[in-house]
Amino acid sequence: MNSSGKKTNYLNASHTLSSWFLTVDHKRIAILYLITISIFFFIGGLFAALIRLELLTPAGDLFKSDEYNKLFTLHGIVMIFFFLIPSVPAVLGNFLIPIMIGAKDLAFPRINLLSWYIYVIGATLATLAIMVGGVDTGWTFYTPYSTVYSNGAVALTIVGAFITGFSSILTGLNFLVTIHKMRAPGMTWFRLPLFVWAHYATSLIMVLATPVLASALFLLFLERVFHIGIFNPALGGDPVLFQHLFWFYSHPAVYIMILPSMGVMSELFAAFSRKRIFGYEFVACSSLAIAILGFFVWGHHMFVSGQSMYAGMVFSVLSFLVAIPSAVKAFNWSATLYKGSISYETPMLYAFGFIGLFTIGGLTGLFLSTMAVDVHVHDTYFVVAHFHYIMVGGVLMGYLGGLHYWWPKITGRLYPEAWAKLSALLVFVGFNLTFFPQFLLGYMGMPRRYHMYPEEFQVLNVCSSLGASVLGIGYFLPLVYFLWSLKFGKESPANPWGAKGLEWEIQSPPTTHNFDEIPVVTEEAYAYAKEDGKHHG
Amino acid sequence: MAKTSDKKSPLQHHFVHLNQQYDASQMGMWAFLITEILFFGALFTAYIVYRLMYPAAFGAASSHLDITLGAFNTAVLIASSLTMALAVHAGHTGSTRGIIKNLIWTIVLGSVFLGVKAIEYSHKFHEHLVPGPSFSFPLYPGAGSELFFSLYFAMTGLHAFHMVIGIIGLFILIGMAAKGRFNQEYSTPVEMMGLYWHFVDIVWIFLFPLLYLVLRHH
Ligand SMILES: [Cu+2]
Repeated sequence: MNSSGKKTNYLNASHTLSSWFLTVDHKRIAILYLITISIFFFIGGLFAALIRLELLTPAGDLFKSDEYNKLFTLHGIVMIFFFLIPSVPAVLGNFLIPIMIGAKDLAFPRINLLSWYIYVIGATLATLAIMVGGVDTGWTFYTPYSTVYSNGAVALTIVGAFITGFSSILTGLNFLVTIHKMRAPGMTWFRLPLFVWAHYATSLIMVLATPVLASALFLLFLERVFHIGIFNPALGGDPVLFQHLFWFYSHPAVYIMILPSMGVMSELFAAFSRKRIFGYEFVACSSLAIAILGFFVWGHHMFVSGQSMYAGMVFSVLSFLVAIPSAVKAFNWSATLYKGSISYETPMLYAFGFIGLFTIGGLTGLFLSTMAVDVHVHDTYFVVAHFHYIMVGGVLMGYLGGLHYWWPKITGRLYPEAWAKLSALLVFVGFNLTFFPQFLLGYMGMPRRYHMYPEEFQVLNVCSSLGASVLGIGYFLPLVYFLWSLKFGKESPANPWGAKGLEWEIQSPPTTHNFDEIPVVTEEAYAYAKEDGKHHG
Repeated sequence: MAKTSDKKSPLQHHFVHLNQQYDASQMGMWAFLITEILFFGALFTAYIVYRLMYPAAFGAASSHLDITLGAFNTAVLIASSLTMALAVHAGHTGSTRGIIKNLIWTIVLGSVFLGVKAIEYSHKFHEHLVPGPSFSFPLYPGAGSELFFSLYFAMTGLHAFHMVIGIIGLFILIGMAAKGRFNQEYSTPVEMMGLYWHFVDIVWIFLFPLLYLVLRHH
């Protein structure tokens, strides 16, 4: 008990600054991540807003070409490296994985804190690069433009991205070891919540793919700073080699972003249908299948880069295969709904939104992995729309859905349901209004990365900018009511949703050590009573 | 021998028992080494691609590396792996003196390696074989030779950096050993450092033949 007579929890256990900045508690580190990545989300969002503002009219009236180049580059770098990659794993994964498997912390608590500091250092350097001149290479840093011709602060940005990569590697490593070695007695692999399975697959990618990006950026840095030839064709280098190394990480990186959100989805569909996930084992293994297949498809980014046609054909077929485990998930979530007792709280609205957006994003991915179609729509807004449906539609629906679902556990407070439902609706409508017109624009031939366009594209661009405003409000609302709920929200009981899982069996917010005694697990995940789910006998 | 070893138990609060903690450390270290393999792997990939593109240039450039110094360094590094392994063994038998003695030998051998590497680098510098604007290689003026030296410096430089990190780690271990932190039941950090050190050695075992030996012109 503390002075106010309330139960001690990880939040009120101590109040000093050093108890936060030197904490090794995975839950406090999750909060540190939550605050920092939110800042970067709104910085990245600001760049997006400026882009949409410029594209309101066909003429380039707000920015010059090179300023616009910097805008979309910074939007991409900030959103991908400093928001999407850490989002679900670093915040929700950090907070929940130890609790879900019945452990007191991650295997390496100090390394967990270190990875936050590494993230902050990397992100700060990149922010510095923005202030001293920005970068205009696109987030892909293609050579030789990035190493020889670009005038921006390329080297500093690369160092920032390089350093941040190690934060991701250490997080993944920590999760892998934790899931292997820290499970409570009785918590067998096939009793793990699917959220944990998804993070296991994600961690594999973080650990295996990120070092290759680090290496590619290291070589890029040497070439840029010391003017030596590695990828520069003028000195005999091969720029396509850089693209291979870059996409060897950056395609799997899409799964670093989406798999954790899929993990959130499994939790939400089970909790709000009050049923065990249909085909649990298949959903678990499909995460692994996506992670493994994802390593062999990177060449679909290089169909027009001078890669051999036969390599292109193999990459094309392999890319199609990723659709299978992805569809397994979408079908199994839908089947989970069947005869469940469904309720429509905010997290479930996000879950439904996820299915819709992810399906569109996934199916258009099949268009793009077809070589002939890709040659037609390559580097158009069709591609932009496709990856936003996955990386923003998919990932952010999962992140926000998860944040709402576990908010009562994390903070001990309930958020205002009506406002939250409104924001979920705004996000869904705003998102589609923003990005669906971009499919049409791309198909009609509007290229990406230009700040001017022919007049006939204006109507769709205005739709898109309008949608972005709605989306912006949809994203801003949670910031307001989440902060509001910290002081004024109703106090949450241990299990406000009546959901299954170890995290709902401990108090909200949890104590510093999560469990007074390590629990013994005796049942499978999502063991909702049969009559609860209106099952046939 | 450890005098104050029971003052502070090495078991951290979130583990149930020492075995679990040991297993976690070991798995973590192996996972880390796998990330290192991939990190170096990208460089080896670049090496393979460019060697296939420019076999003649790579051969000519390769013959400008000092094979005697390279072979000497290989022997030094293998010897340091032996002393590292002896330190780990001393950890298992609980001999703090054995740990410290062997770690010091490992540091000495590691430093000899770095010293020889520095001599090699300075030779290259005088021969204008450092890539960049001042690079010149009259023996084979076409494209490819500069790429070889770019990769030579990137790969051996990264390897040397790992050795420096390793040596810093060894000093920290000596400090821990002197404080009596290790005993027969607990010498995990020495063992983990051993894994790292052997890994860095193995990287060199691949670098030496690829850079110094194969395609060498006689
Ligand atoms: Cu891809």
